[in-house]
Amino acid sequence: MNNLIRASVRCLRAGSTAGYPSMRLPAGPVSFTAARLLCAATDMQQTLGEMVKKDKVVVFIKGTPAQPMCGFSNAVVQILRMHGVDDYAAYNVLDDQDLRQGIKEFSNWPTIPQVYLNSEFVGGCDILLQMHQSGDLVEELNKMGIRSALVEAEKESK
Amino acid sequence: MLARILLCARPVSATLPALTRPLAHSTAHMDPGSGGRPVETAIRTKLTGALVPAHLEVHNESHMHAVPPGSESHFRVLVVSASFDGLSLIQRHRLVNEALREELSSCVHALAIQAKTPAQWGSNPSVAKSPPCMGGSKGDHSVEVKLAAGRE
Repeated sequence: MNNLIRASVRCLRAGSTAGYPSMRLPAGPVSFTAARLLCAATDMQQTLGEMVKKDKVVVFIKGTPAQPMCGFSNAVVQILRMHGVDDYAAYNVLDDQDLRQGIKEFSNWPTIPQVYLNSEFVGGCDILLQMHQSGDLVEELNKMGIRSALVEAEKESK
Repeated sequence: MLARILLCARPVSATLPALTRPLAHSTAHMDPGSGGRPVETAIRTKLTGALVPAHLEVHNESHMHAVPPGSESHFRVLVVSASFDGLSLIQRHRLVNEALREELSSCVHALAIQAKTPAQWGSNPSVAKSPPCMGGSKGDHSVEVKLAAGRE
């Protein structure tokens, strides 16, 4: 959520210098939707570029990790949970249609969920599941300095 | 958006001129048995043309999701093709997405993909199961738009 707020604040600042009408901001966090009103689609692509770099693991899902709204998005959340990855950025595309459309264009990928590891687009639920089953996900997390909980669990069982 | 809906409303035969090789089932789109499943037929036709699969399964999983009966919005495809040799998973999935670009931008809301080489299929001939729906499509306006596109 902090990432969204930072992104939206950045977007608003860019909007005010680009000649958009100034806006009295309410006190407190600014919603992503309000920021989006001031920014062109190209700004969305730039914002997305920053969003996928800010965190090592970034997912775009329907719903939230606490309450996924789609079985495929839930599968992504569950896989990350199994590996003990709980520090990641999760963006809910149901909150913002521009975000939903923007990420599809940014990734050139037509569906949600979408997974980014180390700023690189990895794929959707099917690919993450296959990476989990093949052991590739453990390896990719390891390269990023994240030790999968499944590796720890396997060690303990030996 | 209207252009995208109209794209999906065109009959399948309008998209066939793009294919250069004759299909084994060239009249598939006129098969009365497939008359009620135009999107599934289109998916089958396009994947066959683009990837020349050794084995192809197209499953309409719309009934597993929060959409009306008879919808063609959620699919699972299994494509076994030598075209995938040497390609990473994401490269394979992008080939499938590209073949179905029109459907994915109009009527198809979800597409689960398994893309295997003939060797991989031979050693593990299994189709994955989709996870249970969590109701996300219910009340989702963009899904309603896609369903309307599919019905036309």
